[in-house]
Amino acid sequence: MSNVPSELRFTKSHEWIRLEDDGSVTIGITDHAQDLLGDLVFVETPEVGATYATGDDCAVVESVKAASDVYSPLSGEVTQTNEELADAPEVINTDPYGKGWIFKMTLADEGELDGLLDATAYGEQIAAE
Amino acid sequence: MLIIEKSLSGRVNTAQIPRGVEAVTDIPESMLRTSPMKLPEVSEMQTVRHYTQLSQKNFSIDTQFYPLGSCTMKYNPRGCNTLAMLPGFLQRHPLSPDNLSQGYLASMFDLQEMLKAVTGMQEVSLAPMAGAQGEFAGVAMIRAYHDAKGDSERTEILVPDAAHGTNPATATMCNFNVREIPTNDEGDVDVEALKAVVGPQTAGIMLTNPSTLGVFERRIKEIADIVHQAGGLLYYDGANLNAILGKVKPGDMGFDVIHMNLHKTFSTPHGGGGPGAGPVGVSERLIPYLPVPMVAKKDDQYCLLAERDCPETIGRLSAFMGNAGVLLRAYIYAAMLGRDGMQRVADYATLNANYMMVKLQKAGFELAFENRRATHEFIVTLKKQAKELHVSAMDFAKRLLDYGYHAPTTYFPLLVPECFLIEPTETETKQELDGFIEAMIKINEEAERHSEMVTSAPHTLPVRRLDDVKAARELDLNWN
Repeated sequence: MSNVPSELRFTKSHEWIRLEDDGSVTIGITDHAQDLLGDLVFVETPEVGATYATGDDCAVVESVKAASDVYSPLSGEVTQTNEELADAPEVINTDPYGKGWIFKMTLADEGELDGLLDATAYGEQIAAE
Repeated sequence: MLIIEKSLSGRVNTAQIPRGVEAVTDIPESMLRTSPMKLPEVSEMQTVRHYTQLSQKNFSIDTQFYPLGSCTMKYNPRGCNTLAMLPGFLQRHPLSPDNLSQGYLASMFDLQEMLKAVTGMQEVSLAPMAGAQGEFAGVAMIRAYHDAKGDSERTEILVPDAAHGTNPATATMCNFNVREIPTNDEGDVDVEALKAVVGPQTAGIMLTNPSTLGVFERRIKEIADIVHQAGGLLYYDGANLNAILGKVKPGDMGFDVIHMNLHKTFSTPHGGGGPGAGPVGVSERLIPYLPVPMVAKKDDQYCLLAERDCPETIGRLSAFMGNAGVLLRAYIYAAMLGRDGMQRVADYATLNANYMMVKLQKAGFELAFENRRATHEFIVTLKKQAKELHVSAMDFAKRLLDYGYHAPTTYFPLLVPECFLIEPTETETKQELDGFIEAMIKINEEAERHSEMVTSAPHTLPVRRLDDVKAARELDLNWN
């Protein structure tokens, strides 16, 4: 069974979001998503400074099975990306909620956080798949 | 072993020219090579054996059943090869004047006419060199059409999430933004979602019908009306034309532009790196933009149309007109089949797929769309096996090789987990289809009883399971 940490929030398209103390968010793909994709071989991270609206495709994760878009779960500006992924995409497989984070952003509208799934709702969604 | 590794320094293998005959050349002495070329130093017989043995290690349509979904791996009739290699065709130089090329041009003109008739489009250009270039030409024509009307606000191409990966790539290459349209549970385009996103920014939609999910897009007329009313055009990806050949015409469904993969539907050999052909057909409004050259008939003489005849053309896609040898094979194939034969292609392609689908379902395999009739292909999902037995679609695919079958398309379309996209084509016998079904049943039993047998396959091929992850992560394309 996939790991769904209770302190995180989620999207239907399998991104996770962690709200940091300074009000920014860290974003990655879930354990379930990495499990479906299989061994990752390439990750394209967004550009620092780029702004996205909710639902925009902003990154790409590629495994031997498939290339898949990562959608921005919220609106805002990218402040940092995980440069380690360029040489070691497999950290998303081994540690999706830790070292496998993809990017950080500051939010345009904190109210959007309320539209995300909590761990229970996301857990139910992937159980139903 | 690579042929270079068989090389022995100093071994020579000179050209076999009769004694006393000098090779004739016009190349000036100063430009002739003085040192030998750095070729592998092997004998003629070693060379023949090397490449024959390599070919024997290969899976191909000439040796095995090859149900690779969405690729239409059907038999390539030998007669098409023979006729395409008649000396008159083979020795014609592409720069020969039209009056010395009437036979070839007549064949190409007839091919254009046959493709028009079978697709219901108003005009066809044979210029694109392959499917990808056909797609590019098609979307470039959509752009040219909007540009000609001064409609520069149309920046978006709609693509269903079940589409071939080439569709969004093509739209991006033509400088459009791609917007994805979701698919509903029955495998159709979500028409409500489509309605919500069409607008003055819509340049067009790219559709494959039947779709890559192995089902027919039932609300195609409605989709065409919605996109046309918003001022957009409809692009038909010809990947799955085999299912409807001679039965349903994309032109009648409302499409404005189509590309055809002649290596699929019209049975020319699948390249393996070799040449392809991706003709495009268009509705009335896109005729001015077709790529050149095209073949026309004036006063019983055939001629090539160029830029001066078609001032609004999107231009040329290569130095000449398509890949002549491939186009000729397709022409001969189409001429051999005739109108009735083309319908039989669709009849048997869909019958074979539906037969296999029902048989596999009865044997306990889960279908992706169990309420839908198959087109020329269908999808089995092995998610239950993956979850309960830890045997994935990739493991099944590898084990099929041991049974002498090329694997179906795996993990595509992405919408269906652990999927097998199976396309038997019309050219297989019932015995061959039954053999494949039997192998699937046996592999499933192996997965249940001793899954190791499946997860460590293949066992009987020249190479065992390849490390595709390492290959992708540590790309090394050089040999030294």
